[in-house]
Amino acid sequence: MSEHVSHDEHGPMASDVSPGDEGTGAGGVGSAVLGYVVGLGLAILLTATSFFIAGTDLVWTPSIPVALVVLAIAQMGVHLVFFLHITTGADNTNNVMALAFGVLIVVLLLGGSLWIMTNLNHNMMPMDQIMRMQR
Amino acid sequence: MTAVSMPSDHAHHMASVPYHAGPAPKRIIVGFGFWIFLLSDIVMFSAFFAAYAVLVDQTAGGPAGADLFDLRSAAIETACLLLSSFTCGLASIAVGVRRKSWFYVAMAATGLLGLAFLGLELKEFVALVQHGAGPSRSAFLSAFFTLVGCHGLHVSAGVLWLLTMMAQVNAKGFRADIERRILCFALFWHALDIIWVALFSVVYLMGVTQ
Repeated sequence: MSEHVSHDEHGPMASDVSPGDEGTGAGGVGSAVLGYVVGLGLAILLTATSFFIAGTDLVWTPSIPVALVVLAIAQMGVHLVFFLHITTGADNTNNVMALAFGVLIVVLLLGGSLWIMTNLNHNMMPMDQIMRMQR
Repeated sequence: MTAVSMPSDHAHHMASVPYHAGPAPKRIIVGFGFWIFLLSDIVMFSAFFAAYAVLVDQTAGGPAGADLFDLRSAAIETACLLLSSFTCGLASIAVGVRRKSWFYVAMAATGLLGLAFLGLELKEFVALVQHGAGPSRSAFLSAFFTLVGCHGLHVSAGVLWLLTMMAQVNAKGFRADIERRILCFALFWHALDIIWVALFSVVYLMGVTQ
């Protein structure tokens, strides 16, 4: 499936890309190292922002967890693109499809657990009352 | 795939002018298979994350995350793992250009940073247990030790794998099968760093702000 697309784009030499492969290798060592340097720089920036936001009282406090989640997801994206080389290119289709399925399962697992458990917590009597009733 | 790593494959494709997509090269298949394994590993971690998120407030009258976590140590651990991911990438590049010395230096740096991370984590765990905040203290601490400890076990396995790869390159050189193993190791190491990103955000930073 992806072969036909890559055929048009890169000529007959292009085929699928394994996760971790550094693109088409056109630029040599310099551009490969540069890719990792850019990834490292972005990751440091996002990490530093996360740690800064967690320790500051400059922002509205209830927004901090949301900001931390957004920054973490952004940094995971940076790692996937610059370190694992999972891109949206045509020759990366299989890897991206597997990733999408993995993300679906993770979202269902995390979201489902939290949703159900907060609901149960909400509907359940506080633990000390249950203990008192059992006595 | 890089032009350096697979010259014979490129020559073959050039020769067959009417292009037919035959079976993918072994390197692609191995990488994809290991990617599937990593995704299943991430799904397993997401279950531990879900357990932690559900149990984070169940402290049984004991200490909560805000009383226990040291952001300074978490920041140094994060820096160690992030830099090790970078040096691991440099090691992959060294394999691509067949430079053994660069490969050894980059892998040794990766391993030392991994060991520094493990040392800090172990120190933190010992301090927690000594302060009576061991895994049996509360549901929150059980979930914490399971989640963070599982990641630590992965890093330990990664360090052992790293040493094995250095020894194999030393003994057998950059053979095609050794190169595929190094590709898998690099994927594994980068994936551990991705899990750590979720870990320091959800456990340490959110634990302190709560």
